[in-house]
Amino acid sequence: MSNIPTELKYAKSHEWVRDEGDGTVFVGITDHAQEQLGDLVFVELPEVGETLTAGSECAVVESVKAASDIYSPVSGEVVAVNQTLEDAPETVNEDAYGDGWLFRVEISDESDIDELMDADAYAGFIESEAH
Amino acid sequence: MSEFAPPVKERLLRTPLYDLHLELGGKMVPFAGYEMPVHYPSGILKEHQQTRNLAGLFDVSHMGQVKLSGSRAAAAMEGIVPVDVIDLAVNCQRYALFTNDDGGILDDLMITNAGGHLFVVVNAACKEQDIAHMRRHLSGDCDIEPLNDRALLALQGPAAGEVMASLAPESRRLVFMTAARLSLAGADCFVTRSGYTGEDGFEISVAADRAEAVARELLAYEQVAPVGLGARDSLRLEAGLCLYGHDIDGSTTPVEASLLWAIQKVRRAGGAREAGFPGADVILEQIATGVSRRRVGIRPQSKLPVREGSELLDSAGNRVGTVTSGGFGPTVGAPVAMGYVDIAHSKLDTGLQAIVRGKPHPVRVAKTPFVEQHYYRG
Repeated sequence: MSNIPTELKYAKSHEWVRDEGDGTVFVGITDHAQEQLGDLVFVELPEVGETLTAGSECAVVESVKAASDIYSPVSGEVVAVNQTLEDAPETVNEDAYGDGWLFRVEISDESDIDELMDADAYAGFIESEAH
Repeated sequence: MSEFAPPVKERLLRTPLYDLHLELGGKMVPFAGYEMPVHYPSGILKEHQQTRNLAGLFDVSHMGQVKLSGSRAAAAMEGIVPVDVIDLAVNCQRYALFTNDDGGILDDLMITNAGGHLFVVVNAACKEQDIAHMRRHLSGDCDIEPLNDRALLALQGPAAGEVMASLAPESRRLVFMTAARLSLAGADCFVTRSGYTGEDGFEISVAADRAEAVARELLAYEQVAPVGLGARDSLRLEAGLCLYGHDIDGSTTPVEASLLWAIQKVRRAGGAREAGFPGADVILEQIATGVSRRRVGIRPQSKLPVREGSELLDSAGNRVGTVTSGGFGPTVGAPVAMGYVDIAHSKLDTGLQAIVRGKPHPVRVAKTPFVEQHYYRG
């Protein structure tokens, strides 16, 4: 069973969101997602300053086998990206909720976060997807 | 995130090792009508390195094994492949291609002279049409027997030789592309020293009901671990080997595919048995006068993997080719690819741009294989 921290929010497209409480959030992919994708070999991140729309493609993670789109769980402006992933994409596999974060967004609409699932709901969602 | 592997739903076939795959934690995906392990819990990268460093055990039982019997089998086979089959010595194996009337490739295959018969291995996705093709062209000359009750295992990697020798000392006599009947774990096996990884290794044909015993015997060696289809693909890509349906198909000729080495001189113009296979006029003409495009290796210049379907542009922005296979090469430590380019852009080190997600990325035409081959030649 994959790790689902209770302090995070989750999107159906398997991204997590950590609310920093200062109008910004960190975004990454869940442990379940990295498990399903397998070893990552390349991560393409948005540009700092780019404006993201909730639900739209904004990054790509590539495993040995395939490239998968990442969707932004919130709308807002990218204020930081995790540059260490350029040389060490495997960090996402090793620490999906910590050092393997993807980007940080200054959110334009706080209510985007309320639309996301909590840990229990996400656990149930993964379960329902498996059947 | 999107594009998880689709769940296994449609009615899929299983190989004799299906239960063992589940026991080993294999992640099963549909492939060529079979439920096959794409990887085990260790993952594609580790399985790839395992095969390059020690030995990997692959289940390739989904591939088609066919026995062609009769004194005219070799001569008849030469009527559908541009390959020297008649002079293939007993216990020797050769790479071959079924061609169509346009010189395109219907499938690639391995032919072994097993003494009393030819032993043929064809791709899983093509096996029904290959068998129909052989029946159509060879039925008057030989018996065609699909060996549906046999499994096929591949043991690949630098430790494969010592593992095999410990199970069957006679296997030491085998060199690359030769064959022998060996007893493994008490099972009568037909073994060739060949594979699809660029490493030394063996392919083991065994009765379906003995396959699991042989697999367990091999997995009991600490040098051996199970490897799925994911690493099989990254290994063959690094080794510069074609994947049918991607790098070669009915619209690519052997000459365009840079597979001229597979057509022996005896079948070429001026040879004792020149032509006499489908598409010979096209293929021999291409050998004589050249082709307008060619399969080449491609090295992306950044870390971005360039995958199948990417267009290749020249410096002026003209489309000059397409990538047919590509991904990350774990042993190379960088992305690798292959594809077809116009002949004017096919020279080594030619700089091109690959279009990935709408943006150009620099790549270079490169030699294949991308890793050194380690075939055992004695």
